[in-house]
Amino acid sequence: MTLKTEPITVNIGPQHPSTHGVFRLRVAFDGEVIQDVEPVFGYLHRGSEKLAEERTYTQVVTLTDRLDYVAPMTSNQAYVLAVERLMGIEAPERGQYIRVMMAELMRIASHLMMIGFFLQDMGAFGTPLMYTFREREDILDLFEMVCGARITVTYMRVGGVQADLPPEFTPALERFLAKIPGQIDDLEQLLSGNEILIARTKNVGLLSAEAAINGSVTGPALRASGVDWDLRKSDPYEIYDQLEFDVPIGENGDNYDRFVLRLEEMRQSVRIVRQCKEQMPGGPHRLELPMLLRPPAGDAYGRVEAPKGELGFYLVSDGSIAPYRCAIRSPSFINLTVLRDMLIGWKLADMVTIFGSLDVNMGEVDR
Amino acid sequence: MYGEGILKGMAVTLKHLFKKPVTVQYPEERAPMFPRFRGYEFVWYEDRCTGCASCAKYCPLGTIRIETETEPDPNVGDRYGLKVFDIDTGRCMFCGLCVEACPYDALFMGTGFERATYTRPSMVVHIDELRAAKKKPSAYARPHLHGINFEDETSLSSEEAGR
Ligand code: SF4
Ligand code: SF4
Repeated sequence: MTLKTEPITVNIGPQHPSTHGVFRLRVAFDGEVIQDVEPVFGYLHRGSEKLAEERTYTQVVTLTDRLDYVAPMTSNQAYVLAVERLMGIEAPERGQYIRVMMAELMRIASHLMMIGFFLQDMGAFGTPLMYTFREREDILDLFEMVCGARITVTYMRVGGVQADLPPEFTPALERFLAKIPGQIDDLEQLLSGNEILIARTKNVGLLSAEAAINGSVTGPALRASGVDWDLRKSDPYEIYDQLEFDVPIGENGDNYDRFVLRLEEMRQSVRIVRQCKEQMPGGPHRLELPMLLRPPAGDAYGRVEAPKGELGFYLVSDGSIAPYRCAIRSPSFINLTVLRDMLIGWKLADMVTIFGSLDVNMGEVDR
Repeated sequence: MYGEGILKGMAVTLKHLFKKPVTVQYPEERAPMFPRFRGYEFVWYEDRCTGCASCAKYCPLGTIRIETETEPDPNVGDRYGLKVFDIDTGRCMFCGLCVEACPYDALFMGTGFERATYTRPSMVVHIDELRAAKKKPSAYARPHLHGINFEDETSLSSEEAGR
């Protein structure tokens, strides 16, 4: 006799701790196997794009902090680059170096957080997360030194950065750079060879290069699938063309590759920060611009390689003090398009790890 | 070898067992704030403020409320008298744009961070509170203040704060 079975639908989230924010997944299960997934989002919608239309160009910087709250510096950078393109200006060299340095420190911090939560999702409860948070703390201290805040930095300005580096910054940065490579190695040693981790990540959550490209996936998730696409190399902005670094590429596009690739990216970011520190030119850190900007009518798109992928701001100006339209291409949101295909066929226990390996930030998804 | 990865990982945790903890036991110990810290208790010097309201205009949230009147002293011609200067810190996000915008260096970010209250209205800092408050300005957007260490009782006068 055969039993008649029916798929059951389970709601995961929006308050579930492993959905990394207020994200809801409506999942149809056949036993333990995922049959269908419907992501539901919008719980964190704050209308940042609309709010930007009634803020002046300088004030919008404060909104960008709150998009990807794990990596506010890169959001700042993408926005100011878009405005600079709109106005046809460029920041002085020192300003660009400081910006790139901050963006790379931010990348390390963001990847640390991703790794901590990824391991936590896998059951390594607490310990790795505490280690990564300790390392991230040093970076946030550096941010507090330069701009007075740890998360809501509002540091970058159109035409440079808000303030020059303070005197205590360089020694603190040197201490940090001496420490961090060992800490990344520790993190790798902690779990990379672990049998449980390998069993749960190798060949799990495969994303083929073709599917990734078709889904417009960017960032580490795309590179782990073996596609060599990094805006810092393929469309260099600011001073990235004067810096030496490698873009790590994965092979299989599984959870393991996405995890290891981020470790490797952090090492490359350390290299970049070190070069920035050594090559840091003198001169002004900021152009002399009024606080109230009036870019000429027109439109511009500025994009950066944020820790999660390509982050772009599309701005339309009508010549007034506020953007006429501000559209945000957020990598987290667009990377989610492949989630359904990645999850179908896997078990419930893999769901959270596959989702975690994409490194999605809800603040950026819902904007 | 099976279990090698676990042993390696355990070696890392063991190493950490003998390290000094990085946590700070908060109420007894305090982590130092950096000079540029954008903190609570805005510092405002009434003698410098002209009532131009640039700070209120540049605030992205409309947190600062200013009402002016004609200057009561007939010998002073270059400023307004201030009736209301309220900062609603319950809305404020401590972005520092107001401090950057002030053309007369009258407004500074503060250096405090322990101002939890029970009600929303009590988060509004009124003009009298601003006048009476201990002035411990932060070096945010005012680089000449860099390196000042504030003791509990220090309060910088307008002259000491410099420009
Ligand atoms: S710190 Fe920012 S939000 Fe607060 S009053 Fe000043 S401009 Fe407004
Ligand atoms: S911008 Fe400065 S001078 Fe003008 S009202 Fe505000 S605090 Fe006073």
